Amino acid sequence: MRDLPYNQVLVVGGGLAGLRAAIEAADRGVDVAVLSLVPPVRSHSGAAQGGVNGALANAEDGRDDTPERHAFDTVKGSDYLGDQDAIQIMADEAPARIIEMEHWGCPFSRTKDGKIAQRPFGGGGFPRTCYAADKTGHYMLHTLYEQAVKRRVKVYMEWASAYFVVDGRRVGGVVAFHLPTGQFEAFQADAVIMATGGYGRIYARSTNAIINTGYGMAMAYLAGAPLEDMEFVQFHPTTLLGNNILMTEGARGEGGLLFNAKGERFMERYAPTAKDLAPRDMVARAIQTEINEGRGFPGGYVNLDLRRLGKQKIMERLPGIRDICISFSGVDPITDPIPIQPGQHYSMGGIGTDVWGQSELPGLFAAGECACVSVHGANRLGGNSLLDTVLFGKRAGERAAQVVKGKPAPRNEKAAQAALERVRKAYAGLIAGTGKEDPNQIRDEMRESMFELVGIFRTQDKLVQAVRKLGELSERYRRVRACYDGKKFNWDLVRTFELGGQLLVAEVIAKGALARQESRGSHYRVDFPNRDDQSWLKHTLAHYSSQGPVLKYKPVTVAKWQPEARKY
Amino acid sequence: MLVIKSLGPDERSKGVEKSYLMANKKAVFNVFRFDPDKEKEPHYDTFSVEVKVKMSVLEALFEILEKQDNTLAFRFSCRGAICGSCAMFISGKYRLACETLVEKLDPRGIEVAPLPHLRILKDLAVDMEPFYRKFDRIMPFFQEGKQKVEREYIQAIRERKEIDEITDCILCAACESACPLTWTSDYLGPAVLTKAYRFVADSREGATKERLSLVDGEDGVWRCHTIFNCVEACPKRINQTRAIEKLRKGLFARKLGFK
Repeated sequence: MRDLPYNQVLVVGGGLAGLRAAIEAADRGVDVAVLSLVPPVRSHSGAAQGGVNGALANAEDGRDDTPERHAFDTVKGSDYLGDQDAIQIMADEAPARIIEMEHWGCPFSRTKDGKIAQRPFGGGGFPRTCYAADKTGHYMLHTLYEQAVKRRVKVYMEWASAYFVVDGRRVGGVVAFHLPTGQFEAFQADAVIMATGGYGRIYARSTNAIINTGYGMAMAYLAGAPLEDMEFVQFHPTTLLGNNILMTEGARGEGGLLFNAKGERFMERYAPTAKDLAPRDMVARAIQTEINEGRGFPGGYVNLDLRRLGKQKIMERLPGIRDICISFSGVDPITDPIPIQPGQHYSMGGIGTDVWGQSELPGLFAAGECACVSVHGANRLGGNSLLDTVLFGKRAGERAAQVVKGKPAPRNEKAAQAALERVRKAYAGLIAGTGKEDPNQIRDEMRESMFELVGIFRTQDKLVQAVRKLGELSERYRRVRACYDGKKFNWDLVRTFELGGQLLVAEVIAKGALARQESRGSHYRVDFPNRDDQSWLKHTLAHYSSQGPVLKYKPVTVAKWQPEARKY
Repeated sequence: MLVIKSLGPDERSKGVEKSYLMANKKAVFNVFRFDPDKEKEPHYDTFSVEVKVKMSVLEALFEILEKQDNTLAFRFSCRGAICGSCAMFISGKYRLACETLVEKLDPRGIEVAPLPHLRILKDLAVDMEPFYRKFDRIMPFFQEGKQKVEREYIQAIRERKEIDEITDCILCAACESACPLTWTSDYLGPAVLTKAYRFVADSREGATKERLSLVDGEDGVWRCHTIFNCVEACPKRINQTRAIEKLRKGLFARKLGFK
């Protein structure tokens, strides 16, 4: 029998978290490979625009900024659900990670005195968001890819991961499907780091890349790793009307303002102090309220007005979103306001990990959006996700390297072959399907239902309806029609396979939201409009069972800052 | 070498196409199809797609994949013109499928073809491996200068400006496909040379000398015929020819003993 591919550490996902983890593992002398659905530079990290937070205190009006203040803003932004020990680590290590990116060549924009430029972002007390125009994610992604190339990190490109190789509870590799050839392979490893990003495409109206199905989370969940705080879904206030491409928060950071159809600066009513730069959950709710109460424009949008910034500032600081507006919407922000609406943007929840990326399963780590450390709690601050990726990506790479160097797990060829067989069977089952259901129809209905029923404003009724609908869709998924049996770029097959995992993740989100009878951060229950620390200052942990998720809870780590009312 | 001819007029120039779209609410797509393992020759399949407001060509391809032909092969990711996955040859021009709105094309016959001159894997998906591997020849990563700094390198705004345009490259390979010198030689090509210049032009970088040597030689900057195909093809409006000229200038100065 031929040898299966083996690397000491296997990173799944080639975005910022995955590349940073791989670089760290490589620097620690470990044989590491990246397995990715797309070539690394195609990852969704590249779509991040506004910047990355760190208390560098470079801006003239930000000289008094400190990691301590960054930590507090993050805790408050998280509506006190973030674990304060993890947040402290993130704020403390942020400057080092950002300087490191700069030393690797990331072309950050500059202050007058040649330092990394910083701009204000929502929920931050200081200009703390280090930026490179409005393409920070693109620049960071290419920089890290270059560094991975420099270290000769092996990249397995265009592989769709399906299931883990498991030996009892220990994760020992990944079985994946090769898009260009239709080949199946079991990649063995002593440790697997998941860095597969978010699940945006479970929702209609998402800023996320089409590849962001959330299947990586489903994979971990199915293997027995609990998903944490999944009911906390971030809706970005400003996404382009129609196709929901992100319009960075940096647009407001630079001075852009929101107006309703009556020409009112409505944010003054919702957040008297922070106004347009209140945290995302608040601004998204404010916009949706304006629209719902008839003060939006026909078609359901409000305006993001950048005209007051002037041409030069727009061209210098926000050239990317200007291009997007012109190409996709025919609107030039220099002369016209941008039509925007809230859209799904980010998952605060994910595979539960400690501050070193270790999940509850031996051999399984996670970092970036697919993980929940938790530093974002109930609402992530803009600029903290890029930070999360490189910072906890590095930590996961570091710990995984230590673990595999210390005592490599015995490789279990039998388990690998069994996993390979299991994936082959699952795929073959889809090709041999005899049902009538169209997977694309099921996906569309799932996305619409999630946006309508598990969206910005939630109620008991809507959530019960969502759970029922998802049950019906899962039932129909079992009777899906036969998939295309071709070998090359068989999207019909891969997307239908991943849809099964997406339905599981959607169910976890809906059931977590139904159970949590309070409003906190992004989770807003119209029927329970207040935060309830007495009953709900705790993390949700969803464990897989064939009967649906089993919800358990664990306490939040509160250190320096006792929960207070969250006012902006 | 496969030659792909444009099947119809390009940009909408008269009102007739718009009225066609208004009347029919549909557009006709002629999509390039080829599986080199199964077929001797490529062909075009025709699909009629219902056009929604601001629909992109990429969205139209998904409509085809999901409702009409689940065998269609193409690449995609961000759908926001930043990932570089979906560069194609659409109605006679290099474009990203995601940022090309159907309403801007002649709806009576929109031609969608893969990047010309790259090996076709299937339909619209081409073999990108040779393109990715080329970058290895120019040391495609930032090298810190000898002077170590604790904090960030100090870089003036004007110095940063020098690398503004060239760091926008999304590695979509449109320029590579458009450059005739890459078709028949081992030429580094516009994308790879632009990447090299991205480092050479960076005031913080410490390996200018070595990198200039890597782009010297007949498969390097000297093979560029300054025909500007790359500039025309680039969806990010990068001036690769300018970058190549700047590299030549650097090499020339060195040869004359100025540096």
